[in-house]
Amino acid sequence: MPYQEEFLLRAYRSMRTIREFEERCIAEFMGGNVPGFVHASNGQEAIAVAACIDLSDSDIIGSTHRGHGHCIAKGCDIGGMMKEIMGRSTGLCKGKGGSMHIADIDKGMLGANAIVGGGPPLVNGAALASKTLGTKNVALSFNGDGSANQGTAMEAMNMAVVLQLPHVFIYENNGYAEGTAANYGLGCDSLTDRNAGFGMPAECVDGNDFFATYEAIKVATKRARDGGGPTSIEAKCVRFDGHFIGDPQLYRGKDEVKNARKNQDCLKIFRDRVIKEGWLKTAAMDAIDKEIKVEIEQAVADGLAAPHPDPVTDLMSDVYCSY
Amino acid sequence: MTNNSNNAQVAGKTSIKTYRDAINDAIREEMRRDPTVIVLGEEVSGGAGCDGEDDAYGGVFGVTKGLMPEFGRERVIDTPISEAAIIGAAAGAANNGLRPIAELMFFDFIGVSFDQIFNQAAKFRYMFGGKSKTPMVIRGTVGGGWRAGAQHSSMLHSIVTHIAGLKVVMPSNAYDAKGLMVQAIRDDDPVIFLEHKVMYDNECEVPDEQYAIPFGEAAFPRQGKDVTIVAISNMVTHAIAAADILAEEGISCDVIDPRTVSPMDDEAILESVEVTGRLVVVDEGNPRCGLASDIAGIVAEKGFHSLRAPIRTVTAPHTPVPFAPELEDAYLPNVDKVLAAVREVLGA
Ligand SMILES: Cc1ncc(C[n+]2csc(CCOP(=O)(O)OP(=O)(O)O)c2C)c(N)n1
Ligand SMILES: [Mg+2]
Repeated sequence: MPYQEEFLLRAYRSMRTIREFEERCIAEFMGGNVPGFVHASNGQEAIAVAACIDLSDSDIIGSTHRGHGHCIAKGCDIGGMMKEIMGRSTGLCKGKGGSMHIADIDKGMLGANAIVGGGPPLVNGAALASKTLGTKNVALSFNGDGSANQGTAMEAMNMAVVLQLPHVFIYENNGYAEGTAANYGLGCDSLTDRNAGFGMPAECVDGNDFFATYEAIKVATKRARDGGGPTSIEAKCVRFDGHFIGDPQLYRGKDEVKNARKNQDCLKIFRDRVIKEGWLKTAAMDAIDKEIKVEIEQAVADGLAAPHPDPVTDLMSDVYCSY
Repeated sequence: MTNNSNNAQVAGKTSIKTYRDAINDAIREEMRRDPTVIVLGEEVSGGAGCDGEDDAYGGVFGVTKGLMPEFGRERVIDTPISEAAIIGAAAGAANNGLRPIAELMFFDFIGVSFDQIFNQAAKFRYMFGGKSKTPMVIRGTVGGGWRAGAQHSSMLHSIVTHIAGLKVVMPSNAYDAKGLMVQAIRDDDPVIFLEHKVMYDNECEVPDEQYAIPFGEAAFPRQGKDVTIVAISNMVTHAIAAADILAEEGISCDVIDPRTVSPMDDEAILESVEVTGRLVVVDEGNPRCGLASDIAGIVAEKGFHSLRAPIRTVTAPHTPVPFAPELEDAYLPNVDKVLAAVREVLGA
């Protein structure tokens, strides 16, 4: 068996947690318990978990507006996340950030980012710190297909190559940037070819396949840790819901989502594979599913019961100076 | 005409229109009239390259909805997520015969494109000795109230107002939004057109025909003699509500909406303060180096002798915009804060 049972169960648990968390966020948003905008990552769980499962807390990730999955995969507390998304004072950022700004520095989660392309230069910085201080930590940035067209992303990739930074650029190509097709925004046929043009190894994988994605990122992470510089990994995947929760998605083809949920569900693909190979038993995974339902239920209950921030004291805390 | 404006009655048919539709009207009619007007930005139509419906968004707030079906993708251009290239293309096209309307979506995204705005577009006319013309409009949505968090709720109008070479327009109602957008498109200089996101559904009576509201002319939604309240964008809503409450107590407020903050109608403000001797400025921006302190500075410098009380400003605190509803509500100026400031300058 090429993978330890413990590893497989951990991967499955993490992916399932993300799925349940996102589906519950959608329900809570629709129910009016979540303010603002939320971008759910259900459908894309395999990439987040494949990228983060071997990382330690001192390895760094930078995320996007669609960041819940990255946070969970990196080990952020789901209770703290749910409270943050609900805007409560005991949330991971005291309710000041919200869904698009979850950060957990102790876990090496540098932050979700509501500015498309805002992340990769910052992750270069984390990689530079690792290189300069000789810590051997790696830094991974999550990026969308649409964000690849941002100057900041391209500058960061070039600079990572020039400085040979331990930075793995992960591109989650879910086919869309809001309501624009990925292959409309990208002027070239292949994002991977474009990224290779910056002078780094670049690979394209099926992001619905946990194992393919894991193996590719593992090589890239090792290369970065060993001083071999950056890598680009493009993982093709499917966004199961709207750009934001509540998006009517008129731009998507009829039955596209329905078919993807049936045929390209990374969790189903994972289960089928491990059962076919005889690596895991259905009962073990079903038991995890049950446990996670309880955990998410608890996170929501705790979130709803959590205190709201105090408009007087909390508004003016964490500022260096007030006028 | 409208309860929010001092505009002369416009002859002809009027309809009740939202702020969103008033802007859409202005752009559509100008595009019909002038083939050099184009729209570009992310999701200005939506659905590009997709299997489903075209014009799926018409801008994320639906402001440009219906333009692509009428004018085609040649003139209503969905772009990649590349704000620097969007603004640069608009500026370069403006130098070469087009009148582009570039959309930044959330004005917070100005950060990515800022060089193309302040070092490039804003400077051409002066730096090239008056030989260059840059007739472009940059649209963006500003402000809090949507629980959209720190990177989607900024005002940033004071930053662009600081820059010589830019005109900055901040309509507070549908009537002004239409007239000011028409002027912005016809104007030969770069115009920053800031729409407050909580106002898109606000309605008032709007003429069906095209009309341009000149820049630098304030509106006077309430007239009075006890206190001058200068407010901008969505803050005008709060200023009017405060004035109406105070009117019942026998306090009359002169509410001034500059409508454009560059150029700005200083005269209107100074003339009002000459009568009232008291000034409250309401602005959703941060307090330092902001529009409120700027207006207070102008009045302190040029209208000092009219003042009978210290000037009061009502602004957001010096923090980013918080996410949690309780914090965001505490952050934003509101009617109560305006009332308190007015009572303070009255010594009540
Ligand atoms: C600088 C900037 N421009 C535009 C936006 C608006 N916006 C938010 S997400 C998004 C699409 C991003 O697409 P992609 O990178 O493919 O990520 P996905 O949403 O598919 O995960 C856009 C245009 C933004 N938040 N920041
Ligand atoms: Mg995408």
